[in-house]
Amino acid sequence: MALKIVKGSIDRMFDKNLQDLVRGIRNHKEDEAKYISTCIDEIKQELKQDNIAVKANAVCKLTYLQMLGYDVSWAAFNIVEVMSSSKFTYKRIGYLAASQCFHESTDVIMLTTNQIRKDLSSPNQYDTGVALTGLSCFVTPDLARDLANDIMTLMSHTKPYIRKKAVLIMYKVFLKYPESLRPAFPRLKEKLEDPDPGVQSAAVNVICELARRNPKNYLSLAPLFFKLMTSSTNNWVLIKIIKLFGALTPLEPRLGKKLIEPLTNLIHSTSAMSLLYECVNTVIAVLISLSSGMPNHSASIQLCVQKLRILIEDSDQNLKYLGLLAMSKILKTHPKSVQSHKDLILQCLDDKDESIRLRALDLLYGMVSKKNLMEIVKKLMLHVDKAEGTTYRDELLTKIIDICSQSNYQYITNFEWYISILVELTRLEGTRHGHLIASQMLDVAIRVKAIRAFAVAQMATLLDNAHLLTGNMQRNGICEVLYAAAWICGEFSEHLENPIQTLEAMLRPKVATLPGHIQAVYVQNAAKLFATVLKGQEGNTDSTAAQETSQLMIDRLPLFVQSANLEVQERASCILQLVKYIQKLQQKDVEVAEEVSALFAGELNPVAPKAQKKVPVPEGLDLDAWINEPPSESESEDEQPKAIFAKEEPKHSRPRHTEVDEKELARRREARKQEQANNPFYIKASPSSQKVYQDTPGVEHIPVVQIDLSVPLKVPGMPMSDQYVKLEEERRQKERAEKKKKEKKKRKEKRSGRGKKQDSGPESEEDITPAHMVDIVTEEMPENALPSDDDDKDPNDPHKALDIDLDKPLADSEKLPVRSHRAAESLKSPAEDGDVESAAIHAPKKKNGKEKREKKKDKDSDRKKSKEEKKKKKHKHEEKEEDLLGGQAEEPAVQSEETNEVAAPPTSTSAEVSDLDFWLSNAPVPSNTQEAPTVAAAEAAPVPKVASGTAPNSEPDEPKDTEMEETKSSKHKKKKQKKEKEEKEKKKKKKHHHHHHHSDGGGEESVQNGTVEDEEPLPPMSNYCLLAENSYIKMVCDIQGNLQDGSQVVVSVIFENKCDSFLKSMEFNVLDSLNSKLQRPEGSGPHDGLTVPFQLPPGVSNEARFVFTVQSIVMPQKLKGTLTFIVKNEDSSTHEKLDFKLHFTCTSYLITTPCYSDAFAKLLESGDLKGSSVRLEGVNMPFHHLLARICFHHHFSVVERIDSCASMYSRSIQGHHVCLLVKTSGQTVSIDAKCDEPTLLGNVLDEIKQTFSQC
Amino acid sequence: MIKAILIFNNHGKPRLIRFYQYFAEDMQQQIIRETFHLVSKRDDNVCNFLEGGSLIGGSDYKLIYRHYATLYFVFCVDSSESELGILDLIQVFVETLDKCFENVCELDLIFHMDKVHYILQEVVMGGMVLETNMNEIVAQVEVQNRMEKSEVSDVKQGL
Repeated sequence: MALKIVKGSIDRMFDKNLQDLVRGIRNHKEDEAKYISTCIDEIKQELKQDNIAVKANAVCKLTYLQMLGYDVSWAAFNIVEVMSSSKFTYKRIGYLAASQCFHESTDVIMLTTNQIRKDLSSPNQYDTGVALTGLSCFVTPDLARDLANDIMTLMSHTKPYIRKKAVLIMYKVFLKYPESLRPAFPRLKEKLEDPDPGVQSAAVNVICELARRNPKNYLSLAPLFFKLMTSSTNNWVLIKIIKLFGALTPLEPRLGKKLIEPLTNLIHSTSAMSLLYECVNTVIAVLISLSSGMPNHSASIQLCVQKLRILIEDSDQNLKYLGLLAMSKILKTHPKSVQSHKDLILQCLDDKDESIRLRALDLLYGMVSKKNLMEIVKKLMLHVDKAEGTTYRDELLTKIIDICSQSNYQYITNFEWYISILVELTRLEGTRHGHLIASQMLDVAIRVKAIRAFAVAQMATLLDNAHLLTGNMQRNGICEVLYAAAWICGEFSEHLENPIQTLEAMLRPKVATLPGHIQAVYVQNAAKLFATVLKGQEGNTDSTAAQETSQLMIDRLPLFVQSANLEVQERASCILQLVKYIQKLQQKDVEVAEEVSALFAGELNPVAPKAQKKVPVPEGLDLDAWINEPPSESESEDEQPKAIFAKEEPKHSRPRHTEVDEKELARRREARKQEQANNPFYIKASPSSQKVYQDTPGVEHIPVVQIDLSVPLKVPGMPMSDQYVKLEEERRQKERAEKKKKEKKKRKEKRSGRGKKQDSGPESEEDITPAHMVDIVTEEMPENALPSDDDDKDPNDPHKALDIDLDKPLADSEKLPVRSHRAAESLKSPAEDGDVESAAIHAPKKKNGKEKREKKKDKDSDRKKSKEEKKKKKHKHEEKEEDLLGGQAEEPAVQSEETNEVAAPPTSTSAEVSDLDFWLSNAPVPSNTQEAPTVAAAEAAPVPKVASGTAPNSEPDEPKDTEMEETKSSKHKKKKQKKEKEEKEKKKKKKHHHHHHHSDGGGEESVQNGTVEDEEPLPPMSNYCLLAENSYIKMVCDIQGNLQDGSQVVVSVIFENKCDSFLKSMEFNVLDSLNSKLQRPEGSGPHDGLTVPFQLPPGVSNEARFVFTVQSIVMPQKLKGTLTFIVKNEDSSTHEKLDFKLHFTCTSYLITTPCYSDAFAKLLESGDLKGSSVRLEGVNMPFHHLLARICFHHHFSVVERIDSCASMYSRSIQGHHVCLLVKTSGQTVSIDAKCDEPTLLGNVLDEIKQTFSQC
Repeated sequence: MIKAILIFNNHGKPRLIRFYQYFAEDMQQQIIRETFHLVSKRDDNVCNFLEGGSLIGGSDYKLIYRHYATLYFVFCVDSSESELGILDLIQVFVETLDKCFENVCELDLIFHMDKVHYILQEVVMGGMVLETNMNEIVAQVEVQNRMEKSEVSDVKQGL
């Protein structure tokens, strides 16, 4: 064996390592491929050896070759071998190779599951780290499902290095296995407050990524993120959070209002450009989400635009780019504020940097108005001529079209000009956007009736000069415009001046070189033209002309009949036969023109692109239902169709009513007008854009003016658009002059002092009347089409699966699969059994408890029952405690407990929802502690409705779950449960009945009645307690440990001005003790006061924070302090002071730290903790209120709660663990506590006792 | 999210490629070529952002790059990343390389592609930014290198 190893190592010395390989490749520049293929052969040999070092070396080389583009998937199995090496060096090589070349369809991945699991739980954190990194690149749905639980455990790893990696990878797990999101989310959320900034940042990262795709599910996290935003100093985290807020604000405008201020502050204060930029971006998002018109927001907009202008003017091209990018966002909602920077943006259009030019182009889109459209497009056309490189030119082309066609051509006042712009654009060589120009031509020609004659004339010249376009046809997309030209000339051939010429142009032999679909259109429209020509010629006495035309067709069409394109061939032969027949008839002197043109009669109306989709399903129609009975019996088949037809008949005949009286008709017309006016899809013909969606008074008033062609149409290849610009200018001047005249007249008529009102300043938008009123034909939409736009979502988006409600409490069935889960599925594990049972009993029991309080009369019978159940529960509880002690051996049990725990108090989750409401509705600082609770109470009121709404939903689910999982073992149990349930339900009904009865009588009863249905809400709680108060000012404070620093306590003081005077120059000072010191800025003496950084106008309150350094935290502290301030009246100002005593309770050193039951059990097991206990008598409140109070006032978190017993955890700022076991029976509450610092524990318990003695 | 990180030299030779979304090898090479083509023709004094190429991503994606001497560092990212932030990140990454290799030059990247990967793994994981603090990154890389060294010496002692 030893010999083998030695031999392997010696072999290895002759192997190439990565460096040798690279050197070799560099030395074989001429025959690189050949050299590499010999290397690959060597590698194959090396992989066959047993020595893992040789294999790892080979795999490392393969990773390099993979970068050069060589497929190395054939070595996938060897890579797995190297991954499973026990040596970190090789493992790392293996995982790197895997992350570079494994993907979902790599089949060996399924072999890695156990190896990865082993590495994840390795004692060496770097093994775990390498496995996590690798997994993040090749995680598959299977791996995600199998490893989700392991990774979730790693999220609470002791090493932050692992925690942050585990948190990040969860995002990938969620994507591949969406079911894991809900069970894992609570822990992920905790990580937002992880003491390690790296972990925190990772958690922010993941949640931001999740929230970006499904923002509405994460709204409830807004307060938490808000807190992070105001407290974090890490720019990365800040940027992410601010970006996230940008995604959340559109959903909740109130959030936006709250954000504006801190964001503006950041904008003013930060020196980091990246942060500034993101702040501006989010402020913009906020402003977009808020309804505009609020006066104070125009300041914010101004601030943003002003900051962006600074960015754009910066010499750093990056800032310039981003400035333009953000500007384009403002543009959408506040075009006016951007338009004032038009000069700057037009300047950027000439920048040497293409990225910047493109961004400036984007902005132009919103800069245009009726007034300057022509001018801007002219400028762009110049750029088109100058532009080198087709991409930029194509971009310009699409932008020109975008700008002109936006919102139904609202800025175009002269469509002749637009058509000529389009025609000019066809002269671009090598553009990809021929089809875009073509569709614009078609659109305009079809929808703008008044322009058709002009369009047809232009298209005819295009067709005539087709050879100019088709010079190098195959390579060039511009020939697409011929498609449009041919169709327009054919369809609207009545407008052609010289149809025969055009017909001839369309049948030229050269046409056969065009792409098939264009030829097909040529052929079809040649037929239309032919019909028009015939019509014109038949009126004449001389029939030879008509016959000549037919002959022309017969001569030219055979060319197309031979076409390789089926479409062309089919149409051509069809039409050829038709024309031959017509010729025969003509020879017999039969008039055919009428019949021929009847072939193409009728007008085609444009149909809106989504029309088909938007047809609503008529009421009562179920598309999935069988129309007929499924064809089981043959006899029914014959009859049913008949019945269907018979039913339909009346429907058809209905619209044929003719005898409707005049009144009815008028009424209908009115209704229709109304409907059209309200229908957003009905494009009103009013060309004055702004009014389109507002108050169009109908369609009648629009005069369809005859166009008088003031521009000669003859010259084909010359830019005409410029002439239009001039003409338009003249026209507008004339109009203006006329208007002025009129105004003068008016003024003369009036002559009163009001003349100044009609000041004819610079021409405004509305003043410009279009050259010709244009009747834009509507796009047809089905009646009562649904105005929804949700069809834009991509059904394949992986994030769709992650659109999951996270606020809903977890159900029992939702847990991550654990290792034993699938293997032991058939066998029933006792733990699971117990879990099910407890779940089934849990809900009814809780209700039971509540009802007990409501109805004392039924108490006795109830008590019996609850006793029974309690027994059971006690039993179970013991079982569970065993589980806890058993630790990891019984992992599934612990896991299910966890989920159970999360599911248990529905009030907490609904409270969260209301929290958000409360947080959003409240002013940034609760102005008054007495007021705050009432608000909270008001806010809390609707909460129970939510809770009671969800309760019935979840209740019926539970028995189902139990039925599913409980297959064999406990049938008798089930029966019992059912019985119990039934009984309970009966009782419930009874009670309800009873209550109803009573509520008629007494007011008090009815109040109680209300509370029966609402699950008792948590009483409002506030941690702010009164610090000191006099007639001028009131101070309330909250003391919290600082989790970043083990020796700091943060005191938040709310100062409230109670008098009518202005309070200023407030100074906060505390007499330091040996143990606790107020942190003062550097350079100030130990007795100097701290200036409160604000002044208080009358009735206003504001919050300031002071940091104290403490050394020992095991004892409560009292500090004396003074607040001095100046009271300023209009005439006088006095110096006042207020003394106070700051009480640092031991509780204030505790920090709410979530703890999982497995960790909790370990902690208790460790034996380092010393115990103590306390009994509280006469506590008259529901157990969950009790827990909530301990959590809230004493910064604990519930680890686990089973019925009337709960374990709780907290940690001090110096890392002491405090564990509580709270039990209640009747009005006695006993608390067993353990902590590694007995003095601290004693004090905390005393404080808890005091809390409950007060209530 | 970061979709891909590419490092190539002034001639378009890849020095490190890291895709966070699967592409077959030939597609990867095509993307490198396209990206090189887009990036290389830009002056050094124009902005560092580039609307993504046609192959990678779509309108939501951007190329953010920096050009150092003979090397281009290109990150392809979507709109959830801050543009300036990514520029800073590239800077952090390069400075880290500089620290780990002591005056990094292209040759270091050529001969130690694996080490560069290991450093990158401490900065970006699965397309998400893992760590931005250079000292932390360097510390983690060094610990792992020490582990590797001790394992190598174990093997030698075993001989």
